[in-house]
Amino acid sequence: MKTTVSRRTVLAGIGAAGAAAALAPRVALADKAAADEYLGKLTGGTAAQDGKVKLKLPQIAENGNTVQFTVTVDSPMTPENYVKTIHIVAEGNPAPGVASFHFTPTGKPEVTMRMRLSKTQDVRAVAMLSDGSVWQGSQEVKVTIGGCGG
Amino acid sequence: MITRRDFLQVAAATAVLTAGAPLARAAATQRITQSALLAFKPVGQVTLLNFTDIHAQLRPLYFREPSVNVGVGEVKGLVPHLTGKEALRTFGLKAGSPEAYALTSEDFSALAKTYGRVGGLDRMATLVKAVRAERPDNTLLIDCGDTWQGSYTALQSRGEDMVDAMNTLGVDVMCPHWEFTYGEARVKELIAKLKFPFLCSNVKDTEWDEEVFPHTAFFDRGGVKVAVIGQAFPYTPVANPRYMIPKWSFGIREEEMQKRVDAAKAQGADLVVVASHNGFDVDRKMAGRVKGIDVLLTGHTHDAIPSVVKVGDTLLVASGSHGKFLARLDVEVKGKKVVSHAFKLMPVFSDVIAPDPDMAALIDTIRAPHKAVLEKTLARTESLLYRRGNFNGTFDDVICQALLDERDAQIALSPGFRWGSSLPPGSDITLEDVYNQTAITYPNAYRSQMTGQLIKDILEDVADNLFNPDPYYQQGGDMVRVGGMGYRIDIAKPMGSRIGDMTLLKTGEKLDAAKTYTVTGWASVNEGTEGPPVWDVVAGWLEKQKTVRFDENRAVKVVGA
Repeated sequence: MKTTVSRRTVLAGIGAAGAAAALAPRVALADKAAADEYLGKLTGGTAAQDGKVKLKLPQIAENGNTVQFTVTVDSPMTPENYVKTIHIVAEGNPAPGVASFHFTPTGKPEVTMRMRLSKTQDVRAVAMLSDGSVWQGSQEVKVTIGGCGG
Repeated sequence: MITRRDFLQVAAATAVLTAGAPLARAAATQRITQSALLAFKPVGQVTLLNFTDIHAQLRPLYFREPSVNVGVGEVKGLVPHLTGKEALRTFGLKAGSPEAYALTSEDFSALAKTYGRVGGLDRMATLVKAVRAERPDNTLLIDCGDTWQGSYTALQSRGEDMVDAMNTLGVDVMCPHWEFTYGEARVKELIAKLKFPFLCSNVKDTEWDEEVFPHTAFFDRGGVKVAVIGQAFPYTPVANPRYMIPKWSFGIREEEMQKRVDAAKAQGADLVVVASHNGFDVDRKMAGRVKGIDVLLTGHTHDAIPSVVKVGDTLLVASGSHGKFLARLDVEVKGKKVVSHAFKLMPVFSDVIAPDPDMAALIDTIRAPHKAVLEKTLARTESLLYRRGNFNGTFDDVICQALLDERDAQIALSPGFRWGSSLPPGSDITLEDVYNQTAITYPNAYRSQMTGQLIKDILEDVADNLFNPDPYYQQGGDMVRVGGMGYRIDIAKPMGSRIGDMTLLKTGEKLDAAKTYTVTGWASVNEGTEGPPVWDVVAGWLEKQKTVRFDENRAVKVVGA
C-alpha cells in the first residue's frame, strides 16, 4: 500500500490512489501580486502592454511536472529595434520566476522549454524591447487531475 | 444554423408519426420499416456514412439520451444542449413518435416498450450494405472512435473482437480515444490487424515531438478526391491513465490541423473531411478557427443531432453513440467546394431491421465462449437504470450504493463516463449489463481517506472540465458521480466556487474541510491503484438484492444552468 501521495496524485482521475491520506506539506504558492512584484523588479516598473508576445502552451497539461511552452515575439530584430529579454513567469508556482532569456539583434526571438507547474494557473511571458517598451502575453494552463472523458 | 426543414428530414425517415397514445409494440414496429429508415434521395458524388462511440456494443440495447446536458458560455441553449420537450420543439418532433424515442429522454420507459431496442452491429451492417449496394463507388464509411472498449467481450479480447467486427463491416477509416486504454503495445498490435487506416493528427511522441500515427488518408469516390484527416481525443493522457501510453502526447493542436487541411488541398483533395474525437463543442470552436474543412464528423460527447450543424462553410455531423444511429451525408462537390448536400440520421431500430447474416455469425462466434458470464442474471430492476446525463444517473447510483456497502465507506465517487447502456423498468440485470457500465482496463475499486477539502477540490476540478466556458478547456465527460453525499453546484460560477452545501446524506451533517472521510471509488488513473475490480463489487452486491429501485437522484442540486 502506498503511504504517501502528493495532492496531484490523489486528485488524478476522479480521485484517489490506492490508499493513504498524508498530503504533501503545503508550500506557500505565489499569486498574481507576487508575480507582479517580481516582474516589476525586472522591468524597472515599466508597465507591460498586451501584444507582440505569443505563447504556445497546452490548455490542459498532460503532466504538470514537464509542460512544454514556446514563446515568440513579433520583432524585426535589427540593431535599432530588437528584443532584449524575455521573462517567463508562472503566477501560481512557489517562486514565480521560471526563466529569463537574453537576446542580441542577431537572434530569433523565440524560445522553447519545459517547465514545472504546481497547479492550475496563468503563465505570463514578458518581452523587454530595445526601445524600452515592455510587452506581455499570458494563458491559463490547467494542471489536473480529474476528467473522466467520454 | 439549423432549419426546421433539416429536422423534418429525420421525421420523414421513419415514415410514420403516430398520435400520442402508446401503441402495441407490434403495431408500432410495423409502421417503421427498414426501407423507410433507408429512404434517401441521393445527392452529388460522395456518400459519407458515419457512426461513432459504439463502445464495443455488438448487440441491440436500450440507450436513453440525456435529460440534463447543459451548455455553457456561447453555446448555452444551442444544440446539442437541448433536452426533453425543448429538444422535441426545436427538432419539430411529436411526443411519442419513434424519433422522439430515439432522440430524447421524454417518456423513455413507456416508449421503450413500444419501440424496443436500438443498435446491434448486425443491423448496422444491413444498413451499410444497403447504402453501398445503391452507391457502390460513392460510399465512404467513417468511424469516429471509442469502438474497441465498453463490453465484456471487448475487455476479454483486449479490443480484438471489435477490430474483427469493424473489418467485417468494411470501415474505411477511423480515429481513436478509448482504444488507447489497452496500452501502447496492444494498440500497435491491433492497428496491424486493421484493414483500414487509424488516423491521428494530434499525437506526438513525448521525447522528440514527432508524429506517431498517419494523419491523412485519401480516397477516390465518384470521381472526387476525398481527404480524411483523423483527430484523436486531445485529453486522453489526462482523462485516462497516462502510464498506459507514456510516450505519447496529445492536445488539440489546432495549428497542426490547419497544416493538414492545407497539405491535403495542396495534394489535390476536392473534399476535406475531418473524423474527430474532440467532442461537439470543441469541434464547433475548431471549425470556426481552422479554415477549409468541408465536413467535420464529430464524436466523443455522444450527441445525436438529427441535422447537420453549419459553422461557416463547414458541415458538422454528430451521430450519437452505442450503434444507435447511422448518419448519411451526401455531398455534391464542384470546383473543390460542397455546393449541395442532403443528410439523414438513421435511427437503428433493431426490431425492424433484418440482421446481416455475416455479421450475426461473427457476433455469435465472439459471444459463444462467454455465454455463461454474459447471461448470468444478478437481480431485477423496478426502475429505469441509465447513466448518460451531466449528473448522477440511476445506474451510477446502483454502482455507488454497491461501493458504499461492499467497501464500507461514507462517500463513493464514480466516473462521469458517457457510455453505458440503459435498462427499462422490469428488466433483469445481467453480469453483461454490469460490464456494459464498467468494462475498463483500470477497474480497481479503491478505499481511501480524504479530507472534505480534497473532496471539494475534486468536484471543483471535474466540474471545470465540463463547465469551463471555453470549449478548449473541456474534456467532454460528465460530472463525477457521488454516493453517500449531496452537493449544490452553480454552473455559472468560476472554478473553485461552483460547489457548495456538501452534505453527508446519512446524518445530514455538512462536510468539514479539515475532517477526514472514508471514500471509495473506481477508475483512478494512477498506476498501482489497489482494490477489487469494480464489476466484482457491483455484481456481488446485486446478487444480495433480489430487486433494486433507484429513482432520480435528488442529492445533487443544480443552479446557474
